[in-house]
Amino acid sequence: MYYRAKKIIILVILHAFLMSVALSCILPFLWMVNVSFKTQSEFDSDYGLGLAHAFNVDNYKVVFFEEGFWLYFLNSVFYTFVTVILIVFVSSLSAYAFSRLDFWGKNVLFYMFLAAMMIPLPAGFVPVYVLLNKFHLVNRTGYVFAMSNMGLSLSMYLLKTFFDQLPRDLEDAARIDGCNKLQIWWNVGLPLVAPALAVVVIFNALNVWNEFVLASLLFTDYSFMPLQVGLMEFANKMVTQHTLIMAALTVAALPIILLYIKMQKHFVKGLTAGAVVG
Amino acid sequence: MNGKLRDKLTSFAFVWPALLIFSIFYIYPFFYTFILSFQEYDFISSPQFVGLSNFREVLFGDKEWWPSMYNGAFITFWALTFQNIFAFMLALAVDKVLRLKKFYRVVFFILPVLSEIIIGLLMKQLLISEPVGRDVFNQFLGRLGMGFLVQDWLGTDRVRLITALVHCWKGFGWAFVILLAGLQSIPEQLYEAARIDGANAWHSFTKITVPLVMPVITLVIVLTILGTMQAFAMILALTGGAGGLTEVPVMRIYNHLRFSLVGLACAEGVILGIVLILVSFTMFFISKKIREKYGVLPS
Repeated sequence: MYYRAKKIIILVILHAFLMSVALSCILPFLWMVNVSFKTQSEFDSDYGLGLAHAFNVDNYKVVFFEEGFWLYFLNSVFYTFVTVILIVFVSSLSAYAFSRLDFWGKNVLFYMFLAAMMIPLPAGFVPVYVLLNKFHLVNRTGYVFAMSNMGLSLSMYLLKTFFDQLPRDLEDAARIDGCNKLQIWWNVGLPLVAPALAVVVIFNALNVWNEFVLASLLFTDYSFMPLQVGLMEFANKMVTQHTLIMAALTVAALPIILLYIKMQKHFVKGLTAGAVVG
Repeated sequence: MNGKLRDKLTSFAFVWPALLIFSIFYIYPFFYTFILSFQEYDFISSPQFVGLSNFREVLFGDKEWWPSMYNGAFITFWALTFQNIFAFMLALAVDKVLRLKKFYRVVFFILPVLSEIIIGLLMKQLLISEPVGRDVFNQFLGRLGMGFLVQDWLGTDRVRLITALVHCWKGFGWAFVILLAGLQSIPEQLYEAARIDGANAWHSFTKITVPLVMPVITLVIVLTILGTMQAFAMILALTGGAGGLTEVPVMRIYNHLRFSLVGLACAEGVILGIVLILVSFTMFFISKKIREKYGVLPS
């Protein structure tokens, strides 16, 4: 009996500790959403600590249509979508080749990609920016290609290790049925690595969606800016408009939070994938 | 014979898109950084070779480079100690409780998923106070009856510490998830065997848990150092540098590039890169020694 009571007390203390930390993670975001529904005068009277009186979407209207966040949002979706598609194709092609096919310099090339993941390049964006400038690629195309390099090595490594674990029987069967290498990659290889592809997609999508440095250097024109850059510009312009800034932050954060809650397993895998390699 | 050659060439074609992107956006920039660091270039006039003068400027002339390194190291120190120890405690706690495990994992990992800009701006809006006390966080403290804590959180005395703490707040969930995975990979039988042999909780913690998660801990340490020394977007959004008080190395590089001081930015990048490589090599060396000492096979 004494042992049981002690155990329960320990569990209560543990849960209290964990709950308080969990609250510290959630409360700022609840506050953010709450303030985004308030008018400025409502905010001035209670600092957003009381519940919003009504679902007042005026802030969202202003942010979305007058301040152009619909465009930032679409830009972000566009960059993310195109980059992820590009990475999935390029990395799965090469991963398949590194795992299954044979050609000269295979190992040297593979270790080169691996080494690229290990060497930190803190100022990598400087030469890339200079390069894009030289080739007149300070635009969407340049950004998408530069971004697709960022997650390429890791994606390829993940897919290659996944390919390595798969049995070759299906591919052999496809070969006997007369498929060429490209057809085998597309019809047999890709469907089989679907679980790893999900991780690759999430990892890269998040990487591009959250990227700020290169985008802020490349896009000085508002019509090309992704959300992160648009947010920075907007927040610098309207320091005191708390309610508007919170609506803008909600627009940027909520889709990610919802997606994350829906597919949290893939997110965790995607974000810790880098750690597994190191 | 001809068929074999054809086969190898078509196989190689699978790699060339990746190789092309990689060469243009990784290999070429990698060497280009070194070339640019010996030049003076401003996007307008043609680049000029200036020898080591950029490096001399960064290392000895620039009065703000070493303070920015200090700021980076300061934040890294907090991330290494406070953030990681805290994350380890959370991982131990979550490993112990039976209910709500998944809930905690999901909630703690929200912050690493969100962008640095969102976290930085949100925290800025919570903490910034024009007249002291006229801000959300201080009002919140007041309502909780902790009015004595009210202060200018982003004021000059505290801004560096607060920046470090916000960084820890954003990062702990990531360390937590990796450490928890490490803890859960320890087989339960080991603990049972130890219990049967009469080991108490402290003994099984120091003799089983710590040695077995040691590889994961060193990994988290290395990645924390690399990640934090290169962090900057969150700090830019939170303080904008606070007049040098929270300016970190990458922020300096970024600003120099914006002012078209390309050579200087590259020299700074080279120096920071070398420092980081040295640090991570040292850490891997130390971790190898530790693993040998604990008798855990290197994984």
